[in-house]
Amino acid sequence: MTAHAMVMLRRDFKHLTRNPTSVFNAVLMPIVLMLMFVYMLGDAFSVGVDYVDYATPGLMLMAVCYGLGGTATAVNADMTKGVINRFKVMDVSRGAVLTGHVVTSVLTNLIAIAALVGVAFLLGFDASASALDWLGVVGMIVLLATAAGWFTVALGLAAKSPETAGMAAVPLVMLPFFSSAIVPADKMGPGLREFAEYQPFTPIIETLRGLLAGGPSAGDVIPAIAWCIGIAVVGYVWARSTFSKRA
Amino acid sequence: MDHAIQAEGLVKRFGETTALDGVGLSVRAGTVLGLLGPNGAGKTTAVRIFATLLRPDDGHASVGGYDVVRQAHQARQLIGLTGQFAAVDEMLTGTENLLLIGRLLGMPRPAAKQRAHELLNDFDLADAADRAAKTYSGGMRRRLDLAASLVGRPSILFLDEPTTGLDPRARTELWTLIRRLVAGGVTVLLTTQYLDEADTLADEITVIDHGRVIAAGTPDELKAKTGSQTLVVRPEDDTQLPVVTAVVAELTKAVPEVDGPRVTAPVTDPAVLPAVVRRLDDAGVLVTELTLRGASLNEVFLSLTGRPVEDEPETEGRPA
Repeated sequence: MTAHAMVMLRRDFKHLTRNPTSVFNAVLMPIVLMLMFVYMLGDAFSVGVDYVDYATPGLMLMAVCYGLGGTATAVNADMTKGVINRFKVMDVSRGAVLTGHVVTSVLTNLIAIAALVGVAFLLGFDASASALDWLGVVGMIVLLATAAGWFTVALGLAAKSPETAGMAAVPLVMLPFFSSAIVPADKMGPGLREFAEYQPFTPIIETLRGLLAGGPSAGDVIPAIAWCIGIAVVGYVWARSTFSKRA
Repeated sequence: MDHAIQAEGLVKRFGETTALDGVGLSVRAGTVLGLLGPNGAGKTTAVRIFATLLRPDDGHASVGGYDVVRQAHQARQLIGLTGQFAAVDEMLTGTENLLLIGRLLGMPRPAAKQRAHELLNDFDLADAADRAAKTYSGGMRRRLDLAASLVGRPSILFLDEPTTGLDPRARTELWTLIRRLVAGGVTVLLTTQYLDEADTLADEITVIDHGRVIAAGTPDELKAKTGSQTLVVRPEDDTQLPVVTAVVAELTKAVPEVDGPRVTAPVTDPAVLPAVVRRLDDAGVLVTELTLRGASLNEVFLSLTGRPVEDEPETEGRPA
């Protein structure tokens, strides 16, 4: 990492620690959702296994998504308040400015997921994953968080105001509900079921679910990785070009 | 180097809108150019091109002898930019803001700290140094913004409407700071829609409207262009106002206005002044004030564009 990127990263961290709302959204919301689904609704779904075991992988993905609103708002505030223009005039590379936001976003996600998994264990989460599988889980999450991070940075750069940037991230928060996160896709109605089966989050969740259960299937892992790479590339290219064009 | 900032034939379009339609200007090193025009005239677009943030569609611009497109990297080493909206990091304190800039400029931490400290003192922000910038008043934010653009000691400074939205006191404070910078040898290009601001700060003024330069020169030259001047006479004794009014009316062949203790009237022939002196002397009137005042820039702008300076709605692009 360049010296600029390190300075930017330190700045973005300071933002994070001074903004309790975004920490709440990123870290506590997924835990609230977990408690709600497992305690209130869990018994209503019959998924073949303990509901906490079923829901944890999906909630891990949702934890990534809940962190994104804060990222989009932070990036947009930098853009619309002229902070990015100042950095540009100072010849700070777009790489340094944007990477700082992506890395902060990924780290927020990792903290949120660590907290979430801790709560899951307290609720009786029983993973049969080996150390290697856990490594796979971490890898999958980092890949997803990076891809979603770049995509969200691009959304944040393109939005007109911090409010619209926050709104633009909402579909990313909603999308997991229409996947296999909460209930299996084959329990959904027609139309929705097909959507849930083919949307990017489903293979990612199934990969996490497979790894935590101790045996991922290649049929999930390959599309999951392909989706992440695709989203990352689109987000990265979009973010870079928006960064250069918008002044 | 004679000219610190130069531009020829700058054209910039945003879709259907032509923001700049062949703008040329030059600023001598160590002087202040006021770029004056109503909202939507293209001032901000021009500054963004000079500051290397936008590429012109046609024409070229250079700062410190470096082309802003081909030698953007070199140009950026020389310039500072303070925009319309204070670009300070609201979550960071005053010190942290300046420290961040210093570190990004590659200064070692102690040097960056030292510089931040200096600037906060100079800009009267020392007491607020450890408070988050979001708690600052509008004037304090602008001062911090200006300080941030000075961390690297730029020799060329772009100020895009630096006092828009500030109260009169904060405005005067900022003017004082800008004058001090110029005295220190910095070249300034200042955009403004306030005529008094251009009049007070600028050595030369370029007036733009609808993306074109419509006049350029020193404030006095511009005022002289409109031709008319105003005669002001103030008698020592207020009871003599009717006498003065009669004399002025006769010599200027205009209807004088009585403005408090002063009589004013438009004048086109400068020979009126000695005639007024003789006639008032003959009439035994003592005067405490007798001046021939140039037209104000407001009047200049009105005569150049056919409308007052602030009648156009905000259309200037913050292009997406």
